[in-house]
Amino acid sequence: MSVSRRRVRAIFRKELREYRRNRTIVTGMAILPVLFLIQPLVAVLSLGASASGGLAHEHELLYLLAIPALVSGTLASYSVVGERQQGTLEPVLGTPIRREEFLLGKALASFVPSVAISYAVYAFFLALVEIFARPGVASALLRGSDLLAQLVFTPLLAGWSIWVGIAISTRSSEIRVAQQLGVLANLPSVVVTSLIAFNVIHATLVVALGGAVVLLVLNRLGWRITSAMFDRERLITGTR
Amino acid sequence: MIYLIRWLIGKLRRRATSPAEPLGAVPGRDEPAVHARGERFVTRRKAAASDANRDAPALSALGLGKRFGDRVAFDDVSFEIGHGEVFGFLGPNGAGKTTTVRTLGTLIAPTSGSATVAGIPLTPDNGVEIRRRISIMPESPGLYLRLSVAENLGCFADLYEAADPGDRVDRALRAVNLADRASDACGSLSKGLRQRVALARALLSDPQVLFLDEPTSGLDPVATRDVHELIAELRRSGVTIFLTTHRLEEAERLCDRVAILNTTLRTIGRPAELRDRLFAKTLTVRTLIPLPEPGRVFADLPAVDGWRQDGARDYVVAVSDPSLAAPAVTRALVQAGADVLSIGESHHSLEDVYLELVNEDEEARRR
Repeated sequence: MSVSRRRVRAIFRKELREYRRNRTIVTGMAILPVLFLIQPLVAVLSLGASASGGLAHEHELLYLLAIPALVSGTLASYSVVGERQQGTLEPVLGTPIRREEFLLGKALASFVPSVAISYAVYAFFLALVEIFARPGVASALLRGSDLLAQLVFTPLLAGWSIWVGIAISTRSSEIRVAQQLGVLANLPSVVVTSLIAFNVIHATLVVALGGAVVLLVLNRLGWRITSAMFDRERLITGTR
Repeated sequence: MIYLIRWLIGKLRRRATSPAEPLGAVPGRDEPAVHARGERFVTRRKAAASDANRDAPALSALGLGKRFGDRVAFDDVSFEIGHGEVFGFLGPNGAGKTTTVRTLGTLIAPTSGSATVAGIPLTPDNGVEIRRRISIMPESPGLYLRLSVAENLGCFADLYEAADPGDRVDRALRAVNLADRASDACGSLSKGLRQRVALARALLSDPQVLFLDEPTSGLDPVATRDVHELIAELRRSGVTIFLTTHRLEEAERLCDRVAILNTTLRTIGRPAELRDRLFAKTLTVRTLIPLPEPGRVFADLPAVDGWRQDGARDYVVAVSDPSLAAPAVTRALVQAGADVLSIGESHHSLEDVYLELVNEDEEARRR
């Protein structure tokens, strides 16, 4: 089976155009990162210089990994059921597009903005910490290993959330239900990253590598399972 | 995730090695064929197809059926449609018309029977190849309302991997008289205009077989006339059109043949054939005053098969050949001293045929 890049790109572009003009989606994409930015920012900026020693055992930055998990999950859970409710799914599926092309286009359209937003929020957070936090706090917080973990785990978490979101979206008949289920399904990822951030789970190289491998496997499984769940007939007729 | 990374790497590699777009190489696909109204729609591909498969039907179904659990959507549907034919598919709501279109359009799988669409057997493996050669305009336009008309069509031109998509979109819009609305958001258009955008979208792929589900639903008379002209133009250029409609006068006017579906196929044929098949040929006679003994006037005429009185001064005379019988009936009436006001052949519309069959079904169901 060959995947047509042009068809994937057509879906991707169309989705991005729709996002830009859909106030609900834009607001959703803006609110979640802000919510997850406030707590660590307030915590870090209120720390005194003496607290920098304690920070050596925490990974405050990793708390922000909830952003790719939730933003991409929310976008992805809208993707298929949104089209279905608009009545646009039938014309699209009536073209020569393969389900893999359709799903890749949808996944990319969730992946690119959520990863871009996540990285932008990290950069913003780091800039604020660097400028406003006490010098000792800033240097204790901005560790190379945490930054690397942030860079690596952001796309991995976003990918996993996207496949979960799309899988939910293909089986839902209402946008709101799909989005709520999407957030719910991605909560475990948020919980795990938060536990690591607050040092409940100790972040070691083995944990990081293990987590990356698990996420890679989950991404692959997610793609396969979502493809298998995508049923044109069910999506068009709502039966079967 | 891995697939996304692979896709991105592949994209970067492709950019680095070849700036040309290698996509869209559909076997046998030639230049785009959507032209402004008045231009020909003929393409080399179509001409070649029609030469090679002149005898093969463009669309055929044999015992085709679809069930959703215990519910039968349609059953045992068989027909053959020739290249360039406009085929009307009529039936009451819930008769299975849309499900049939979706089945032939590979959107849903049949549960029984077989079919060929654009010369390709209807099997799960052939879905993509079939959808390359057909186009479906669903009953609901299904447009992206936040996107402009041109963006909607551009997206679909890419999904069909059309060569020179910008030009294709322009010509499709000209074909439906919407070139001046290209940059308008679809959400700002009226229902009728949205319908026309959906029709333009259906033309983008230069289809061999075009499925139109209620294409004039919600259109004003002028727009309806435009769509009818467009259908006639497409037919002249060799596109096979499968038209489902509730407008019986539309079917009668546009279609070479019609089928009436009411879960099963009730009848199929040219509209005139269906009328002849269902209704006896009759003459309607009106006199100034009632005939004293109509039996003596009509019963002995060899051209007359039977007669009945329809009101005080009207008579319906069953005949086998109206052109032979009319002069004989007129002479008999004059000889009987009747003052004839009018005499003419009774005409039954496709609507009469439709209602007769659908009513039969309803009566059978009641029994």
